Amino acid sequence: MSSIPRAMQQPLGLKFASYGFLAFWCLIAAFPIFWVAVMSVKTPVDAFASSPLDVVFGPRTLGNGDGMSVFSILLLLTLLVLTYRVGARHLGKWVEQFSPPGLVIIGWIIGSIIFAIGAAFLMFGIYPFVVDLIDPILGPLGRPVLGLTTEHYQAVWVDNEFYTNFLNSMLVTAGVVTISLTVGTLAGYGLARSGSNLAFWLLIMALIFRALPHSVLVTGYLPAFINSAEFLEPILGESAPTLYGQPWAVIVVLVSINQPFTIWMLRSFFQNIPSELDEAARVDGCSHFGAFRRVIMPVMWPGVITTGLFSFLLAYNDYLVTALLLDQQNQTMVPAITGYFNRETTTTDQVEAVAAAVSIIAPLFLLVMVFQRQIVSGLTAGAVKG
Amino acid sequence: MKFRTFAAFVGPSLLLMMIFIAAPLVSVLWQSFHLTQNVFETVETERCTPGFPNAVCETITVDRPVLDENGEIQTVTSFVGWQSYSRVLDPDALGAAISSGDWWSILNIDFWGALRFTLTFTLVTLPLVIGVGLLIAITVNNAVKTIRGPAIFISLLPFIITPVIGALSIRWLFVGDGILTALMESWSGQDIAMFAQGWTIELLMMFYRVWHVAPFAFVIFYAGLQTVNMDTLESAIIDGASRFERLRYVIVPHLMPLIVFIALIHLMDSYRVFEEVIGFRSEAHRISLQWLTFDYLTPDDSGNRSVSRASASSMLTMVGIVILLVPLLRRTWRDHKGS
Repeated sequence: MSSIPRAMQQPLGLKFASYGFLAFWCLIAAFPIFWVAVMSVKTPVDAFASSPLDVVFGPRTLGNGDGMSVFSILLLLTLLVLTYRVGARHLGKWVEQFSPPGLVIIGWIIGSIIFAIGAAFLMFGIYPFVVDLIDPILGPLGRPVLGLTTEHYQAVWVDNEFYTNFLNSMLVTAGVVTISLTVGTLAGYGLARSGSNLAFWLLIMALIFRALPHSVLVTGYLPAFINSAEFLEPILGESAPTLYGQPWAVIVVLVSINQPFTIWMLRSFFQNIPSELDEAARVDGCSHFGAFRRVIMPVMWPGVITTGLFSFLLAYNDYLVTALLLDQQNQTMVPAITGYFNRETTTTDQVEAVAAAVSIIAPLFLLVMVFQRQIVSGLTAGAVKG
Repeated sequence: MKFRTFAAFVGPSLLLMMIFIAAPLVSVLWQSFHLTQNVFETVETERCTPGFPNAVCETITVDRPVLDENGEIQTVTSFVGWQSYSRVLDPDALGAAISSGDWWSILNIDFWGALRFTLTFTLVTLPLVIGVGLLIAITVNNAVKTIRGPAIFISLLPFIITPVIGALSIRWLFVGDGILTALMESWSGQDIAMFAQGWTIELLMMFYRVWHVAPFAFVIFYAGLQTVNMDTLESAIIDGASRFERLRYVIVPHLMPLIVFIALIHLMDSYRVFEEVIGFRSEAHRISLQWLTFDYLTPDDSGNRSVSRASASSMLTMVGIVILLVPLLRRTWRDHKGS
């Protein structure tokens, strides 16, 4: 506090107001998400009870014999805090320590997958086991006090085969991230290093493309995709595919829609890498591609990781394109959830829809935990300099 | 960099954008003036019902689709001019509404209602997003270091959450006797139904959008605040500027480029408002331009998609975004010529 000059120190009232607003905002930001998570583990009567206390403590869920003891709540909170600390503080360091130079991105991917699997194993494997083992010994501390049931998650994932939608989502997301980064880094580098008029106009064109509503583009694809077997036949012969309903066609569409944003963002990252680096490599006899591969690629990973995160969010969160271009058999998670509220007739259906919604946002939660720093630095690097 | 190398680097990306962004635009333009319909033929058939002593027969004409040699329904595509546009814009109903002086009934026509909602939504949320984002950035910047990390983490959640799910999660708080509706009812002593009339849904949709985008504005303003020139700030203090004056004359001008940037992005994104309509299921009360196109493209009960009308409404949506972007593009052009 001593580093702040006296004249800049704030009166108590202002400080109070400032912290008060921050607390209020954090409450608003987290509350809907927290509440949905709470609702998803209650029986329907509790989940839609009008008294908030009933929703939190779930008396009827408890009455059905599903509940958590004081001990298990404390254990769960400890585990959650531990996961947050590992994800937010240590994972990045470990990745940078253990992955060989030049392969940092693969290190991140493997690290995140191990982290996600580890977190899932801890929560669904070890945690219930330990609780079952220790609760009976503890007496009053081991008696259930908080209603909680996982039946809706079981109904969604096992009975309704939500995992097929999950796998489709993963396929589309992985495809979009990989391709859009490969194509985007090349273009971003080219645009950053070329000061020509053409580069300027390409960027302006990309900006206009960025503004187009996606429904406009899908209107263009849909008839062509449905009839693609007909007019691709002269080129591809008998095996010409119908593009409608093909995940890989959706991947290419999402990559293209995402290109304008990707190249703008990567361009501003490449501009921050001094061009003396690749000029030096060129003087030593490298071609442009050689310079890109040997000199730029090792230092470009922070930008690529951040841009990759945004590609991930775009593909994972997309509703419009996947709802219109994929059919029922290979639907991704987000459009699939509308299937729940179209038949949301009983309250059980409604709570199942809530459980499906929480299942969709859980991976995003882990994502922010791990990549918080990259998201913030990426947004700021893209915006402040571009 | 030589042109050939530049082309090799940019080529794949440019090719994708040409095939999947530029070409569809051309095809949408073409589709909006053409209509594909099934070919029908009128045939006379004799239908007989058993009777006594003779069967009762009548000759009727029926319309039936013509099948081609593969047994599929033949279609024909013909040029229809502005017909699809006029079916979207509905000038007759528009004229009737204007001549009768009943301006509100214009909004009952899908397209005009959607346009009204989309524009109101964009223009109302814009200042709110910037204001709330700036306020969060200033308060986080004001807080002690140890709580900044968790505060940023919590603030980012609404931003990264899937939009449809985010809208749903707010809907579930209010739907029926959701806890927040129950809370408002116990305060006001009235029976409140948030999803029974349009304007309450519209308010919730705007609230959701500000909740969803303010974190994005916050992160960018927060980064901008780190680079505020301390010397300028100190000299402002020496000159006797109050806190508010320092904010108004030092900090906000410093953040101005970022404010413009956020306004631009927000303009583009909220003009294509769509997920809110799905998440809040407001289609009976409020629809947006992008949702209108989506609805035309979704198969109806008989499995037909009205591609021509979808194309027409797409073109009109696009005209709207171009009009919104023209001032910006002119400024960029002037800057480019100046430099």
